[in-house]
Amino acid sequence: MREFSYHRPKSVADAAKAFSSKSEARYLAGGHSLLPAMKQRLNAPSDLIDLSAIKDLKGIKIAGGEVVIGAGTTHAEVAHSTEIKKAIPALCVLAEGIGDPQVRNRGTIGGSLANNDPASDYPAAVLGLGATVVTNKREIAADSFFKGLFETALEDGEIITAVRFPIPEKAGYAKFAQPASRFCIVGVMAAKTKSGVRVAVTGAGPGVFRATDIEKALASSFSAGASLPAVKASGLSSDIHAGAEYRAHLVGVMAKRAVAAAG
Amino acid sequence: MANPNGIGASVRRVEDNRFITGRGTYTDDINRPGQTYGWFVRSPHAAAKIKSINAKKALAMPGVIAVLTGADMAADNIGGLPCGWLVKSKDGSPMKEPGHPPLANDRVRHVGDQVAFVIAATREGARDAADAVEVSYEPLKAAVDAAAALKPGAPLVHDDVPGNLCYDWEWGDKAKTDEAFKNAAHVTKLKVINNRLVPNAIEPRAAIGEYDRASDRYTLYTTTQNPHVIRLLMGAFVLHVPESKLRVVAPDVGGGFGSKIFHYAEEAVVTWAAKKTGQTIKWTCDRSESFVTDAHGRDHTTEAELAMDKNGKFLGLRVHTIASMGAYLSTFASSVPTYLYATLLAGQYSTPAIYANVKAVFTNTVPVDAYRGAGRPEACYILERIVENAAREMKLDKTEIRRRNLVPAAAMPYMTPVALQYDSGNFAHNLDVGLKAADYAGFAKRKEASAKQGKLRGIGLSTYIEACGIAPSAVAGALGARAGLYEAAEVRFHPTGTVTVFTGSHSHGQGHETTFAQVVATKLGVPFENIEIVHGDTDRIPFGMGTYGSRSIAVGGVAIVEACEKIITKSKKIAAHVLQTTADKIDFEDGVFKDKASNKTMTIAEVAFTAYVPHNFPHDTLEPGLDEQAFYDPKNFTYPNGCYVCEVEIAQDTGEVSIASFYAVDDFGKVINPMIVEGQVHGGLGQGIGQALLEHCVYDHQSGQLISGSYMDYAMPRADNLPSFNVSTTEVPCTHNVLGVKGCGEAGAIGAPAAVMNAVVDALSNLGINHIEMPATSQNVWQAMQGATKKAAD
Repeated sequence: MREFSYHRPKSVADAAKAFSSKSEARYLAGGHSLLPAMKQRLNAPSDLIDLSAIKDLKGIKIAGGEVVIGAGTTHAEVAHSTEIKKAIPALCVLAEGIGDPQVRNRGTIGGSLANNDPASDYPAAVLGLGATVVTNKREIAADSFFKGLFETALEDGEIITAVRFPIPEKAGYAKFAQPASRFCIVGVMAAKTKSGVRVAVTGAGPGVFRATDIEKALASSFSAGASLPAVKASGLSSDIHAGAEYRAHLVGVMAKRAVAAAG
Repeated sequence: MANPNGIGASVRRVEDNRFITGRGTYTDDINRPGQTYGWFVRSPHAAAKIKSINAKKALAMPGVIAVLTGADMAADNIGGLPCGWLVKSKDGSPMKEPGHPPLANDRVRHVGDQVAFVIAATREGARDAADAVEVSYEPLKAAVDAAAALKPGAPLVHDDVPGNLCYDWEWGDKAKTDEAFKNAAHVTKLKVINNRLVPNAIEPRAAIGEYDRASDRYTLYTTTQNPHVIRLLMGAFVLHVPESKLRVVAPDVGGGFGSKIFHYAEEAVVTWAAKKTGQTIKWTCDRSESFVTDAHGRDHTTEAELAMDKNGKFLGLRVHTIASMGAYLSTFASSVPTYLYATLLAGQYSTPAIYANVKAVFTNTVPVDAYRGAGRPEACYILERIVENAAREMKLDKTEIRRRNLVPAAAMPYMTPVALQYDSGNFAHNLDVGLKAADYAGFAKRKEASAKQGKLRGIGLSTYIEACGIAPSAVAGALGARAGLYEAAEVRFHPTGTVTVFTGSHSHGQGHETTFAQVVATKLGVPFENIEIVHGDTDRIPFGMGTYGSRSIAVGGVAIVEACEKIITKSKKIAAHVLQTTADKIDFEDGVFKDKASNKTMTIAEVAFTAYVPHNFPHDTLEPGLDEQAFYDPKNFTYPNGCYVCEVEIAQDTGEVSIASFYAVDDFGKVINPMIVEGQVHGGLGQGIGQALLEHCVYDHQSGQLISGSYMDYAMPRADNLPSFNVSTTEVPCTHNVLGVKGCGEAGAIGAPAAVMNAVVDALSNLGINHIEMPATSQNVWQAMQGATKKAAD
């Protein structure tokens, strides 16, 4: 790890101000992606702006048919929230499956989304449930937020403050974990929402995407027994753990499991 | 009354108090006055020429003390890292031993090869400066896979090793084996890959080099399993420093699994550099560096053939193995695919003719050497996999084919056709116990229940035998070992009755401080808590060959017993003098010496006091003091053996394999501490299952870059990958050591892979699948199922 200056602002405004005054600043949320990269010297920011002391980024609220989760809320807090368990149990299942207890106790929803690792779980929830990403500047619909491999609609210095999840009629999440990292080889969030069926796939490709063919098939019958179209391998990722064909196959299997989990 | 903390008791490990409360002292916990820090510049290429090294910028950075290179080492006449075992090719020529410089000279031969050593006031400063060292490389084509490296025209790892062939070795009777195949009713053939593994001890390697100008002595603190061996190899071959001027300390060490046996370049470099720069230098490996510098394990490709008569009786076994050595010969690399492998190819079976041919090959990868089991897991895997397939081809039950071929207990001692003489073991009994525990008879019902849940269930067996307690020095020497393989111990009574035991068997997770104290408590009748076990310091311990090959109790433990016997012999003389009788009239039991005639007694503590306060003492015939040493050289290897039964379930939709149950029946001879032995079995099984289902060291075939170079891609087994193990022991005592012990450290890692993979193949056999390579990842299994379905459709 190279030397850096450390800041711990108390407000979102102070954080943004600190960011804009530094040349190579990075925000620090849970730090589970950024700090290992810094240790390996793949990333060497001049300044780290730690968001963990900002109270406005914390907390879970249920209101107006939505679950609103502060960006600084940890995976463990989401996993163990009794309110979320009642409203969107699939979200608790997803959060409980991220990493290990240490990761879940530090990692945050805002940090995960801003990083947009192509194999992380939360993008599937945000896209699959049609959530809205709230920042210090604007509100961004899920369908416009994710821009592929580690890219999002966030502008330089923009801070995610919360995520608003509309409560679906039902939703389920199924994940096939990579055996080493336990990130997703394939993760599927399948939801029956007021605006229709949404199926979001993470891990399989360079970024989270909606499986529109599967959505169509489920639109007529959102059930575990529904016949789902085969997923094409082209455009999907390949690595030592899973080739594109295997990933394509797993999208179908996980979609079925997700629908089954939705009940 | 027998000692409650003696042999046979599950005494809680005394060392765990410091380990689990964070009070262990590992090498990186040691900080010496004025200590500086070292960082290695390492090769980013698998193969390249070094055109130039420019350290100007690095040397100008704050706190930087020195940047040392291979040229500096050459100028100081520093030698290459030696290999401890000479293997000869079948034509009689010695193996090729290309130079292994601690810092590269003009070539780098694997990603991670040491190029330069930077010393600075801080660790981060050294790392910053290492980034600033400018090395100009001319990249060369790399030889990555061993089989490909043997082919004509493959890039050469060493210019002076034609065809990358280290040796072409053979073992067994070729003519007799060929004859057996001629007479066979059926031959089963199988090609298997034994996947390359990264050891991943929890504590990364570290070393501190220190030099004292006043005494002209060096001290090396290092993460090793055998400090005396490091002192010998580094002093005699690399630094040319007399052993009297060299102290090697191996403090608490966090796991080794073989990877910390070897003498590594970093140890030599920090020790040499300490004198050269006048600095005490600490180097601590980080995890990424471990992946590309710790010697890897396994990496065999084997073609095997088993000849049988019409009843499934084994007539002959023939194997051809290609073994990767990596870029250089690590300390014991040459012995692993030869004398630790082919000698075990009889397994538990009475196969009369066996022939093995092994080609060891240099590749542009990290050196490969012993890893938990070392050669024996490879032998067990090939043998048990081919027996499984043979049973299917012969339409025999997997238990029946084994029963027809197991060496009967009545045949002990049994001479195998591959040079080992098994002293003891009841293999059929282990099989019976294992099958009963696992309810083999009820498998069909469980398979049916799994099928209802969309899962394919399979059951797999393995029987294993290993040669442990390494080794009779004369035998090892005749086979090419360049060192003896005895063990040393010293048992020192103190005047007030407490005992310090100095052992050459280093402990790095095995629990020696507990087990050895139990042995001494029983032998000397001293309270367990009055016994202190000391290991890991060449200045304190008489000598030691170290810990590997499940040898600690079978060789180190027996050496301690022999020293105890000397203590008792001398004590009897002292007691006889005080009790006014002769030594032959003195009995010794549970710490009390008794004159058989008068029933007068004296405790061993009283004898010790008398030995050190010799007012009433037989000065004419005895020296004062009570402190004895023993060197024990075993008469034979020990032969732990057992039977493992594993059941797996495979999800039909994903190919995911999960272990439904695992039963291990082991014969370790006499068990000293059942709890510690059980822990050793659990650990070994975890590693064996890891190899079977998860762990895979993957290099890019072209570039030689390590793809599985971190825990993001290298899958270590975790608790949720493993079942709740059901383990038991059948104690058939070893016949040639006084404790009757055989050793237990490697068994699980040796027997588990075949049991798991046989279960996987069993589950898939209805699809016509007869083999899957390790690791049986979900994708591997799914692809095999897809292929089988496609084949059926065609």
